Amino acid sequence: MRPVVVDRGASWMHRLDPRAKLVPLLVFLVALGTAHRALPWVAAGLFLLLAAGLISARIPLSGALSRAALVLPFSLVFGAACWLAGDPARGVALAVKSYLSALAVLLVASATPLPDLLRGIESAHAPRLLLMVAQFLFRYLFVISEEGRHMSWAAASRGASLRAMAAGRSVRFRAAAGALAVLFARSYARAEEIHRSMLGRGFSGRFPSLDRLHFRTRDGVFAALASLAAAAVRAAAERMA
Amino acid sequence: MLPLVQVRNLRFRYEDGVEALRGVDFRLDAGESVALLGANGSGKTTFVLHLNGLLAGEGSVEVCGLPVERQNLAEIRRKVGLVFQDSENQLFMPTVLEDVAFGLLNLGRSRDEALERARAALETVGMAGAAARAPYHLSAGEKKRVAIAGILVMEPEILVLDEPTTFLDPPGQRALTALLASLPQAKILVTHNIPLAVATCRRAVFFQNGVIAAEGPVGEIVTRFGWDLTVEASNPCR
Amino acid sequence: MAAVHIPDGFLSTPVWATLDVTAAPLVGYLARRAQRGFDEAKVPLLGVMGAFVFAAQMINFPVGIGTSGHLVGAALLAYTLGPASAAIVMSAILATQALVFQDGGILALGANVLNMAVMGVAAGYLPFYLGAAGRWRRLSIFAGGALSVLVSALLALSELLISGVRMPASVLGVSLALFAVSAVIEGAITLAVVRALEHIRPGFVGNPTRSSWGPCAIGLAAVLLAAVGVLFASTAPDGIQNLAIQTGTAARARVLLSTPFAGYQAAFFESAWLRKGAAGLAGLVLVAGACLLIGRAARNRSV
Repeated sequence: MRPVVVDRGASWMHRLDPRAKLVPLLVFLVALGTAHRALPWVAAGLFLLLAAGLISARIPLSGALSRAALVLPFSLVFGAACWLAGDPARGVALAVKSYLSALAVLLVASATPLPDLLRGIESAHAPRLLLMVAQFLFRYLFVISEEGRHMSWAAASRGASLRAMAAGRSVRFRAAAGALAVLFARSYARAEEIHRSMLGRGFSGRFPSLDRLHFRTRDGVFAALASLAAAAVRAAAERMA
Repeated sequence: MLPLVQVRNLRFRYEDGVEALRGVDFRLDAGESVALLGANGSGKTTFVLHLNGLLAGEGSVEVCGLPVERQNLAEIRRKVGLVFQDSENQLFMPTVLEDVAFGLLNLGRSRDEALERARAALETVGMAGAAARAPYHLSAGEKKRVAIAGILVMEPEILVLDEPTTFLDPPGQRALTALLASLPQAKILVTHNIPLAVATCRRAVFFQNGVIAAEGPVGEIVTRFGWDLTVEASNPCR
Repeated sequence: MAAVHIPDGFLSTPVWATLDVTAAPLVGYLARRAQRGFDEAKVPLLGVMGAFVFAAQMINFPVGIGTSGHLVGAALLAYTLGPASAAIVMSAILATQALVFQDGGILALGANVLNMAVMGVAAGYLPFYLGAAGRWRRLSIFAGGALSVLVSALLALSELLISGVRMPASVLGVSLALFAVSAVIEGAITLAVVRALEHIRPGFVGNPTRSSWGPCAIGLAAVLLAAVGVLFASTAPDGIQNLAIQTGTAARARVLLSTPFAGYQAAFFESAWLRKGAAGLAGLVLVAGACLLIGRAARNRSV
């Protein structure tokens, strides 16, 4: 799991308000998800739209295409199940729709840092607690993952001894449980220290909000155009078939 | 002249029964900088956590004449700026600028004023270009400087730093030493780093088993307790 | 197969839309319960423990020749943070997974949240609530872990089947077997971690507090399992019938098939949309109703 680095200024799409990217994303996903007729045409059209988006956002195309493909193993299993059960069309549809959906989310997520996305979602009246928790989760995600990685290396180094291997599965199982428990305790202690740090800087129960989002005309224009594009591609493709 | 910090007979016992402080007397006057030396577990960190009310023990702790009690905590936490050992746990906001502004926004300042002062504080510590960056991507030295900025922005009377040079490489330690030496506030430095103590503090106190065993000029305390890093000539590894 | 994150494009529109509409107010309610007032002091703890669950996926638990499992965490969070907070943490995890790692769909987020963050946590908390204070503590901790994963997976599978994802009986059988194995693994890991935790910090994983959440979880879990059983029988008649015939439970299956929600044909409505949506909603209303009734009864009794 490599850290996702989103450089705020990398392209004009990065500098858009997150809401201007989230609305077309939802339109796209619904247009794709509800498409039944002429799926090959719809999929091709929407794929081209995404490719255009990736290129204008200066996101490396091959990297994006392969990252989105991580959903395929899961989809292909269900696709194969459908095929075996006599519904091959649906099997293909599952794979295609899940891939394009993943690619669309990847485009928006690569062009918008998660904390900004969360601020955008706040406008839709999602519970504030949930968004703040997600913000902190993301902040400490890589810190604790690294700690976890080091612990599993340490456990593996110790486990690589002949004696450990001979001791068998249950010993290694308990060792892994021990490592997790230590990681849990350390994370808990870290949270307590963060809380102390907050108190030390005057935290009195509510996080102050630094309003970061400004919805400008160009954001509105982009949101409208991108949404229309997705809907239009779907309509046109269905007419073509 | 009112002392900035006056501690009398401070005692503290942790929940698991460990008696971390057994009667500490301490005083800090305006403009002074004091180094807290001592072995790990001798009570130095526990002691500093009492200075802004994060821990509460028995005895009396007064900051600028105010007893450290619930009703005074807001004021005291502005006057005492505590920088933790692990900056990772201190920079918890998504961007550097938001984190530095956090304290000011808690104090009720306006957004514009908070941002302006935050930028100025970043300038002071030499991190002006990092305002929009995410804390995770900073180096240990950069994180430490941003943490200090987040404290400076609240205009504290006393800077308290808990082992600030841990995690820093030698150039980072030298840069931090230079920065701290240039700051005018009174300072309390918990540290094992003797060059830092010598460069920034005149006085040192030596913690031992939850009490202050001795105090005096930094050089004297270091020599008396053998608290420097030189190794004896009869090194078995040679 | 421990945690099934449904991607976009799998669920039919009535299913994902209904589940999104149901999940939203539920998560709002759970957020209010977790927070209790305006104090946001818990945020760092919940966020950091969410990060822990992510990191925990990296630690491999050897379970067989060459295979290893890892912790899913809904039950462990429920025991250590309380069910409402655990649900919020799991929701934050799912949202992060969907947005940042494209693991699980966006439109399908309601479904995934209901399956794992709400039902998974409730089902995981239930055995703990019932048995953690008594002689069967270790068994309840294990059972909670197992039940949380099993319930989440069964729900996900039902939703896929209702949406028209077809599966031959053999694949269905293999999936169920995999779910059972994952459930046992989660139970074992959860128990092992709780015991190791108590070793480091004795008394850390305490006993559940008496509140209306517990009986609510009972209601949820009971009706849930019944509903899932009905869904299975009624939505994949071919697969289930073959499986049933093979395992000799054909007679019982025929009885289940004739219940009012068989084939998800709530006969009163004409349009497919309304039919499926209504049946889904009815199931959830059943759940909510049972929850309220039992919750009220428990409150009266515990006065």
